Amino acid sequence: MDRLLSLLLALLQPLALLAAAPLFTAVVGRFKARLQNRRGVPLKTPYRELRKWAAKEAVVARTASPLFRAAPYIVFASTLLAAAALPVWETASPGAHVADAIVLIGLLGLARFMLVLAGLDVGTPFGGMGASREMLVANFAEPALLLVVFTLAMTTHTTNIGAMAAATLHGAPVLRPSYMFALAALLMVAVAECGRIPVDNPSTHLELTMIHEGMVLEYSGRHLALMEWAAQLKLLLFAVLTVDLFLPWGLATRMSPTAWLLALPLLLVKLAGLALVLAVSETVLAKMRLFRVPGYLTLAFLLALLGLLSHVILESAP
Amino acid sequence: MNASWALPLAGLAVAAALGSAASSLLAARWPRALTVLAFPMLGVSGIAAQAAGLIALASGARQTTLLPAGLPGLPWHVAIDPLAGAFLLMLGAVLLPVALYGPGYVRAFRNGRDSLATLGACTGLFVAGMLGVLLAADAFLFMLAWELMSLASYFLVCFQHDQPESRRAAFVYLLLAQVAGLLILMAFGVLATTGGFAFPAMRAAHPDATWAAIAFILALMGFGTKAGLVPLHVWLPEAHPAAPSHISALMSAVMLKVALYGFLRVVFDLLGPPQWGYGITLVVVGATTALLGAMLAVQQVDLKRLLAYSSIENLGTVFLALGLAEIFQAAGHPAMAALALLAALFQALSHALLKALLFLGAGAVQHGAHTRSLEQMGGLLRRMPRTGWMFLVGCLGMSAVPPLSGFVSEWLTFQAALQAWRLHDSLLRILVPLAAASLALTTALAAVVFVRAFGIGFLGRARSRQVRHAHEVGDGMLAGQAWLVASIAGVALFPVLVASLLGSAVLQLTGRVPGSPGWLWLTPLGPTTASYAPLLVLAVLLGVGLLGWVVLRPRRGAPVRRVDAWGCGYAPPTPDMQFSAMGFAQPQRRVFAPVYALREGFAGSAYEVVAGDRSWSWIYRPLGALMDRTADLARRLQAGHVRRYLAWSLLTLLLLLWIVS
Repeated sequence: MDRLLSLLLALLQPLALLAAAPLFTAVVGRFKARLQNRRGVPLKTPYRELRKWAAKEAVVARTASPLFRAAPYIVFASTLLAAAALPVWETASPGAHVADAIVLIGLLGLARFMLVLAGLDVGTPFGGMGASREMLVANFAEPALLLVVFTLAMTTHTTNIGAMAAATLHGAPVLRPSYMFALAALLMVAVAECGRIPVDNPSTHLELTMIHEGMVLEYSGRHLALMEWAAQLKLLLFAVLTVDLFLPWGLATRMSPTAWLLALPLLLVKLAGLALVLAVSETVLAKMRLFRVPGYLTLAFLLALLGLLSHVILESAP
Repeated sequence: MNASWALPLAGLAVAAALGSAASSLLAARWPRALTVLAFPMLGVSGIAAQAAGLIALASGARQTTLLPAGLPGLPWHVAIDPLAGAFLLMLGAVLLPVALYGPGYVRAFRNGRDSLATLGACTGLFVAGMLGVLLAADAFLFMLAWELMSLASYFLVCFQHDQPESRRAAFVYLLLAQVAGLLILMAFGVLATTGGFAFPAMRAAHPDATWAAIAFILALMGFGTKAGLVPLHVWLPEAHPAAPSHISALMSAVMLKVALYGFLRVVFDLLGPPQWGYGITLVVVGATTALLGAMLAVQQVDLKRLLAYSSIENLGTVFLALGLAEIFQAAGHPAMAALALLAALFQALSHALLKALLFLGAGAVQHGAHTRSLEQMGGLLRRMPRTGWMFLVGCLGMSAVPPLSGFVSEWLTFQAALQAWRLHDSLLRILVPLAAASLALTTALAAVVFVRAFGIGFLGRARSRQVRHAHEVGDGMLAGQAWLVASIAGVALFPVLVASLLGSAVLQLTGRVPGSPGWLWLTPLGPTTASYAPLLVLAVLLGVGLLGWVVLRPRRGAPVRRVDAWGCGYAPPTPDMQFSAMGFAQPQRRVFAPVYALREGFAGSAYEVVAGDRSWSWIYRPLGALMDRTADLARRLQAGHVRRYLAWSLLTLLLLLWIVS
């Protein structure tokens, strides 16, 4: 029975994330619209867009190689696999055994690698520009994310995300300075990795400023649908990762469907809270000049490093 | 298989390498001798070395013998143990595909002025020298084999001696190789004072702390020069691109590992008890090397120079992991030391295979497209599809993304570093996480390096005429690369089996074996702490990708419509409008500006940006100037008058007499 339940869990959690990803993006957009005195688009618009793209004919540039057509599938699959490593409502997640936190970051790295190559493949200036800038972001965001994970791994003595969440749940609820630094770094990294304001503007179509849009500019039809869905999934993935690492209270620790049902509402509240935080920050901040971005990212990296060092110096007695 | 077969098989490998060298001499009269005799014998040598290494690792025993040669009173000691076995395995695993690749590659030199006989003979001697280093069990034979390796590779680096940059590279290489040889000799000298020149005697006797530290520094500088540790790395990015590509593959994939082997042998096996001071030195040097190597690699335009800098970066991460092992061992955590050492050996193996593949790929590009400059490449994936896809595997592996082999070693190193909470010394507790942070930054930079190398070189559109007319290389050259891809897949997908093989070398050095039960899950610290199952990762990736493809496939089965790329509604973009290699790395150049010696300006008609290596202007040019000034002073003694020379002789004699009296 337990084995069956854990298999069910391994399938259900990533599929639920996948299904909810467009909704999460839409909710962020709705919050943002309300904050800016607009009505905003209906919540089902992202789903409609995905369906529209999936049904449309895919048009590919003459200069594209086979890699261009394979990349959306690899990007989508590796983002989904990264999402499958996350415990969503239950800490004893079987996916977290296949891929621990470091593997999760590696899988996001694989997705980015293919995305950037796809941007370079057609040989247009926009693709190259987006690719070069994306690698600049990744250059600092990825190590910062690793350091955030290391801070928690040093405290909980594990890199399994489910076990990390469980350790935080069972431990005494103390306010750790290292967690504060790490949380700040994680939020900054999430904004940069998901291409949100102030690093990138998801709604821009002004070629000179775009990062993510520049790389997927040549995509259309089903390829675009996969790329966009993967990007939406990545945003939700970072939100759930924040919940797992820093706000795990309320996650189920027992393998039973009733416990899962109890865990879900609290999770929804936490995700809505994070969506609101993102919407507020996107409303009050303006997009940075590109050459301010390294400063922002270095700050995130240093915050994560401070978190790690403050753990070593302040919190763990030798 | 019987464990006693290991040494005879290793002997066969040496004999085959020497035979290959001898048979190449025929190539002066009969150019086909290389294809028919020399390269097949290298292949035999590779297979024999692999078999010997596997047996030594599987049996876990040491086998020694004395050769009837050498100095009076000091016959040559030869031994094979798991540590040597691990490196024999790496050597063989690279040598065999190089032997497959070589015949197609050297065909281009057949009608040139360069001597094929020299190329083949030096290759054979080079391989024999490396094998000799791995098998030697006394300092004399070790140094002899070491110098054979250095000298043979010097002649290989200056093979294309009609090009001035080749001659300069070879000179720098020879100079540093000789300095390194001298330092290693001195390290052995320190170790031999207490026992003798044979390794068992050195192992039994331990020098006191001061002399041990001196021997450590000498060994680090000597072997570190050969392994490309900063700031002794300057020969490497000059020499590796200058050599023919299959030799570059051997130098980068194997010779650097032989230097690593020498270091492991001296410091972890012969030197005596571990010290945390050594560990700190190794971690700092390794982290600096890795970061600087990656930062410089990202700015290279020459594909082979880029790969050479990436080798520096990878050896840096290996030494960082060795430093962790030394720290944990000195702190009394042998199980953690075993994990870190396993990470280092895994990284060495993975880098050997990946870098061999990438150098062979770069050689194929040079063969098919006649250029090494990324600024002239572009679109090669469509003109050289097989080479291109295999090069992509290498790039993914070097960028340390799952499910490839580079990721496994990175993962193991991180897991070892995350055990820093076990340490008691607060300096070490801060240093180890800092090392992990620098490793994280290095890995991210490595991804930029290889995205750029593949994206600019193989994707997009051709940036020059010769690349537009590039052709795919022959079957032999493809087979060599394919063999390496298959080996990389094996190492990447079955890391537990590889780890258990390398584990016996780790057991020999640390007394512990980092075990993962089963074959699917890599769990070096227990299943609840950390686990990774690359086979499942690959299966899910393939499954989801295929599922998406099947679901989204258009019903009508119509071919995908091809149109011009988007050019903002104007004319379609031209190849010149693509991002250039230097343009792609411009953000890094701006962020890490203090690291580079930047030079911008017009070179002829083209605007050029060069991000050079500061160690030339900071260390080597001042050192060279100092040498010149010292030589000027010494020249005053040599006026050319017999009277003055006689006076000097008399003064020296008086001085000596005074000392003796």
